Amino acid sequence: MVDDYLRQYGLIMIYSGIAIMIPATMLILSFALRLVGVRPHKPSPVKSSLYECGVTPIGRQYLQFNFRYYIFGLLFVAFDVVVVFLYPWATQFSNLGGFALITIAVFMSILLLGWVYAWRKGALEWE
Amino acid sequence: MDPRGFFELNTWYRGLYLTLDNVLPSWMSYFIAGFAVMFAIVNAMMLLATLYIWFERRALGRFQVRQGPNRWGPFGLLQPIADALKILGKEDIVPHGADRWVFNIAPIVMFFPVPMIVAVLPIAKNVAITDINVGLLFVVAITGFSTLAIFMAGWASGNRYALFGAARAVAMLISYEIPLIITLGSIALLSGSLAMGTIVATQNVPYLLVQPLAFVIFMMAISAEMNRSPFDIVEAESELIAGYHTEYSGMKFGMFMLAEFAAVIVASGLATTIFLQGWRWPFLPSAIWFLLKMGMFVFLFLWIRATIPRLRVDQILAFAWKFLLPLSVVSLFATALEVFFLREPDGSLTTNTLWIMSGINFGLAIVALVGWANVLGHRRYNPAPRIASMYRDGPLGSRPVEVQ
Repeated sequence: MVDDYLRQYGLIMIYSGIAIMIPATMLILSFALRLVGVRPHKPSPVKSSLYECGVTPIGRQYLQFNFRYYIFGLLFVAFDVVVVFLYPWATQFSNLGGFALITIAVFMSILLLGWVYAWRKGALEWE
Repeated sequence: MDPRGFFELNTWYRGLYLTLDNVLPSWMSYFIAGFAVMFAIVNAMMLLATLYIWFERRALGRFQVRQGPNRWGPFGLLQPIADALKILGKEDIVPHGADRWVFNIAPIVMFFPVPMIVAVLPIAKNVAITDINVGLLFVVAITGFSTLAIFMAGWASGNRYALFGAARAVAMLISYEIPLIITLGSIALLSGSLAMGTIVATQNVPYLLVQPLAFVIFMMAISAEMNRSPFDIVEAESELIAGYHTEYSGMKFGMFMLAEFAAVIVASGLATTIFLQGWRWPFLPSAIWFLLKMGMFVFLFLWIRATIPRLRVDQILAFAWKFLLPLSVVSLFATALEVFFLREPDGSLTTNTLWIMSGINFGLAIVALVGWANVLGHRRYNPAPRIASMYRDGPLGSRPVEVQ
């Protein structure tokens, strides 16, 4: 049983090797073509400047962006915790009683209370 | 090593393993047999993705009343190969001021999750690369990689458009992950397992019929996870040039594109497994059924792309948080209540029970979708306070523009 379990994850490990190997091969192929001379490689200051529709970029490259993205990030963190509790409950639910249902309902209602609060506060709007 | 468990995962491993086991140590034949079959499956997936690039361009042409690519090969079938050759011959430019290391690694991270999800999909009877007991959770976890990759690409480019695209992407992808997770929870409730093999095995009635609401939410959320139209604000070319991959060229750009197209194939396979009984269905071989059903979902994704125009970023985020999230919670608890009241004493669900649930859920889906859409649609719209602007109102004396 344990052996079987580990065998499955061993396969995942081999497979992730393949999943990294394929894109890496593409990059290496592209690099090899450059060495052979099939692919051009003639960098110039103009070519490697940042693309801004032909205008020369002014100021720092890393500029500020809208803070509203952070609010969604915070909401996500709060809601993503749900997975930890939801999935074990969902798989075992048909063997569990009504108490499990009430427990998870209370848990979700606390989360949804936060969600309603965020909505009322205007965190979901974009003004 | 006892190879029986290994064979049960995937009957394709058998022949190779038994042949090699005569000459090599068993761990080595385990490794080689696994590697060979996986490599074949991945390449088949890549071939399908290449074919899909042709199909998407061709069919999109038909949708837009034009020809689509038709020069290379019969019906333009060789077009993707010509594109690949062209892309390989293009110069690979790393912009000045980019974070080189992250910039180069981002395409690999972007591509990585696409074949990884195939690992848990049962693609034919008794054929899956592996069937780990947390398959659904594995899928949810692995899709997180694309968020990371997009932000790596956007941030490392040092380009403002790329950064904006990446920031939007992260906000959108994490927003749509919540309804996706909760919806998949309702599937886990029905099947009582997170393993994909068990989900297919317990699916005596397609979950598409048992969980119509979950299916609608899944399709929307997964479209958003793949950055496909109508959720393609990430690269909205009319606003952001090309979004996070503005600065990419040559093979790296090609890898982003290929990952995006292959994601459609994989997502269709996922939808088939979860909602349409996977490889099951009589008469034809199981692998053929899987491919046919996958093709159906691929066409559905394509149809959605061709039909619905792109949404705005605030609309997209509001759609996830205000529309999909409450509906997914409704779907989850409706399923939980149905399972609670309709289950057998030993906790299982019979086929008849699933049909009863199907009837209830179809009613619920229509009521919930139409009802909640109306509630949201009829909320009073408060326009921002009107500030006189020369651009909006025109110069003094000209006709003011109506602001609704």
